[in-house]
Amino acid sequence: MTDQEILAGLAEIIDEIAGVPADEVTPEKNFVDDLDIDSLSMVEIAVAAQDKFGVEIPDEQLKDLKTVQDVVNFVSKNS
Amino acid sequence: MTGAKILAFGGYQPDKVVTNDDLAKIVDTSDEWIRARVGIESRRVAADDETVTDMAEAAGAKALAASGLAPSAIDLVIVATCSPLVPMPSVSAIVAHRLGIVAPGAFDLNAACAGFCYAMGTASNAIAAGSARNVLVIGSEKMTSWVDWTDRSTCIIFADGAGAAVLGPSDEGEPTGIGPVVWGSAGDQGNKITVTGRTGSMRQDGQAVFRWATTAMAPVALEACRRAGVTPADITAFVPHQANLRIVEAIARRLGIPRERVADDIVHAGNTSSASIPLALSRMAEQGRLQPGTPALLIGFGAGLSYAAQVVTVP
Repeated sequence: MTDQEILAGLAEIIDEIAGVPADEVTPEKNFVDDLDIDSLSMVEIAVAAQDKFGVEIPDEQLKDLKTVQDVVNFVSKNS
Repeated sequence: MTGAKILAFGGYQPDKVVTNDDLAKIVDTSDEWIRARVGIESRRVAADDETVTDMAEAAGAKALAASGLAPSAIDLVIVATCSPLVPMPSVSAIVAHRLGIVAPGAFDLNAACAGFCYAMGTASNAIAAGSARNVLVIGSEKMTSWVDWTDRSTCIIFADGAGAAVLGPSDEGEPTGIGPVVWGSAGDQGNKITVTGRTGSMRQDGQAVFRWATTAMAPVALEACRRAGVTPADITAFVPHQANLRIVEAIARRLGIPRERVADDIVHAGNTSSASIPLALSRMAEQGRLQPGTPALLIGFGAGLSYAAQVVTVP
């Protein structure tokens, strides 16, 4: 899967869970500061990402994933 | 073999209302933060001298009256609770006595927030096995007795209340009104929700519990549907343990059950552990949100970790 595909899939997930329009989900965005996504939504996004990409994001890792690009990198590296 | 069915519900909440603004005066939190994270607007807190037994009696009396049965017709009383004032005597024996139920089988059951569904499964099995004819099942909790009012991660969530159901045998030729219980536990995660000791308080790893509940519970609920021979599309009322509105909504979303069919009693009741499901059911019945004769899906989950689910026919 290319980074572009991961980003598109992630944007779909974020739209569904947090109601952030997919076109606002760009790599440099910080989940908390830019997208107003809290820690519980991050857990839901991680769970949905696992279903979609087959990559588990444990809670210990999740707290270090601050931006959209961080998640794309994590999924890319572990898929 | 005889099936079992629900005859009636009853609920009780203490008088004292505690709003989010009240809590913001004692811990660093806000109405907006609490609504966003757990979906609670206000909760009820029992009076200092009001016990789990008192609340169980109040809810049990309402369910019994609504069932039309005489107290003498009840031959088993089960109280699900994890917050009794004392471990003995049991809440159930005292409640039965206060309600004028003479010499029933009586025991308390602790499966924390899953307790009500465990008790319903046990009661239904007792009726099916011929060990009991009519059963009073109660969930009653004074969770605030375990709350550390300086811990903002738990004191905003937990609350007090009780709910009850009266169960009896299905009529001849009528399908059972209580589907097979799907129950289980994950003791390897027992440290995620704990009470720290006899004089201690509740501690919860909120994020881990949130992840577990939002991922592991939908498959359990689906299995309960499968064993009852229904699909989520058939469910007219989904009543999960009122743990956190976001957990409730996440499980409902995974099951594809539309929001208007989902219990949201937590908004004004808080998390009352084993009482939350029967409390929600009794309020939904009062509000006309339950359709008699149709399937409702119940699922309880919490400390243990433990869980139980079943499909029941709305009385």
